[in-house]
Amino acid sequence: MDTFDQSRVGAKKPRRDAPHGDSLTPLSSALPANATQWVSVWRRNYLVWKKLAIPSMIGNLADPMIYLFGLGLGLGLMVGRVEGVSYIAFLAAGTVASSVMMSASFESMYSGFSRMHVQRTWEAIMHTPLTLGDIVLGEVIWAASKSLLSGVAIMLVAGALGYASFPSMLLALPVIVLTGLAFASTAMIVTALAPSYDFFMFYQTLALTPMLLLSGVFFPVAQLPALARHLTQALPLYHAVELIRPAMLGRPLDGFALHTGVLIAYAVVPFFACAWLFRRRMMK
Amino acid sequence: MAHPISRIADDQDGAPAIEFSEVRKQYGGKNVVDGLSFDVRPGECFGLLGPNGAGKTTTLKMLLGITSPGSGAIRLVGEPIPARARFARERVGVVPQFDNLDPDFTVRENLQVFGRYFGIRGARMDALVPSLLEFARLENKADARVGELSGGMKRRLTLARALVNDPDVLVMDEPTTGLDPQARHLIWERLRSLLARGKTILLTTHFMEEAERLCDRLCVIEEGRKIAEGRPHDLIASVIGSDVIEIFGPDPQALAAELEPFVERIEVSGETLFCYVDDPQPVHARVKGRDGVRYLHRPANLEDVFLRLTGREMVD
Repeated sequence: MDTFDQSRVGAKKPRRDAPHGDSLTPLSSALPANATQWVSVWRRNYLVWKKLAIPSMIGNLADPMIYLFGLGLGLGLMVGRVEGVSYIAFLAAGTVASSVMMSASFESMYSGFSRMHVQRTWEAIMHTPLTLGDIVLGEVIWAASKSLLSGVAIMLVAGALGYASFPSMLLALPVIVLTGLAFASTAMIVTALAPSYDFFMFYQTLALTPMLLLSGVFFPVAQLPALARHLTQALPLYHAVELIRPAMLGRPLDGFALHTGVLIAYAVVPFFACAWLFRRRMMK
Repeated sequence: MAHPISRIADDQDGAPAIEFSEVRKQYGGKNVVDGLSFDVRPGECFGLLGPNGAGKTTTLKMLLGITSPGSGAIRLVGEPIPARARFARERVGVVPQFDNLDPDFTVRENLQVFGRYFGIRGARMDALVPSLLEFARLENKADARVGELSGGMKRRLTLARALVNDPDVLVMDEPTTGLDPQARHLIWERLRSLLARGKTILLTTHFMEEAERLCDRLCVIEEGRKIAEGRPHDLIASVIGSDVIEIFGPDPQALAAELEPFVERIEVSGETLFCYVDDPQPVHARVKGRDGVRYLHRPANLEDVFLRLTGREMVD
């Protein structure tokens, strides 16, 4: 019914006082209707994924594994020990966090956009008792679930090879879930604004790639100049790494409340922002 | 188990299934729907007719709570819209203008996954699927992927999908646009069988034949305003009220001038002359056997009504 009009992105907001002005549906229609309706959206995505699970997992895991072993072993030869452990053990936690970031973001953006815009799957679901909010919540939790799978797979490989300590690495599991939710929900904002697939490249090159380099994934944040170190505090990936690395290395954890709080904020605030944006886009 | 597409008790004096009163909607300062009012009674097939851009799709989106009216009141199966749209949608089936079947799933899976959105699952869904497939005449395609289906089959699957929740009301946006004639006739036949079961149907169309065959009543809208409403035959009688002779031939303007005295009204559209006549004999006598002129005498139809009301010369 509704085709997306590129010129509407960033269009001026309608005047509130206009008689019978461009009216939006009640905000409640863009929020989850209850605590369970999202599950059928999650399940729909799961059933599609199940059909192609093996190639999908190989595709998702190949990239982080190549980084982990390529950089960890190759660069590790020159780097030696970092923060008291081998470079590959240092890198393992960063790889877990960054693969969760990538996997959740890509699912929210490319796959989410396919279902919303190209296949009109969301439109079909909006004709049922589900609300747009149920759909968005189902999509966010689905993207987080996929990213949990990549994070856990890398952690298990690292653990099996002795680069992560068991059982303390299990403490990273809830962090991986939270990190996935944070990135899935943030990337949904990009999806809500995207006129086409090309738009995602901006977020990838201007947000995700710099974040990857500034968050202590490949080298300790202490190596950064002071200004960059401050900037880093605002990045969700930094907080994810700060929580996952001590768990995987079996070390004491500092600043639990701060790191968790930032990740929760990145999961919750963008969720409401993207629900608001999707309502503007899909329910005009 | 009873037939999953249930028969609705013949209770025609209940509240309207759909009520629109004085509904307005603007996009960017332009009235897309402008003071539209109509009621659809239970068990009725009601058509919204209008040229492209008349506001038909916007009207359906407002009805389903996908977008909100600027002013006016809407009720669907008794529920106020948009406030309780999601509750109303539990009792409504929708066939959208563009197919949005799930390409990743088979025919059967499309029905099963959609049933979940209405809380239908497990054994209840398994019992439902064969009868929905039978209704859509897709029994042999249960395990085919959507991509393997023809246009008509996809439409029928979309219709079957809209019936998973055994709705009281079906909302259809141009249900047969883009289908070949055979596929179209099959859809019409299926819709009549739903009407026979007491379902209420609201459809938009710009096929006059479709409206004339299916609709008990219809409403012609143009630029978001209702310009006529009634039973198809009443509209034909009141708006046209005479037979039509269509004449195709060279120089229609000259021919129009010649025939003018013998007809109630005459219109030229492209190469065709439309003569509205109470007594066809004088026109027959003058065009019969004339070189290069063909003509057709027929009763007036809904297309004449539509074109009379919205203008023979389309401004596209």
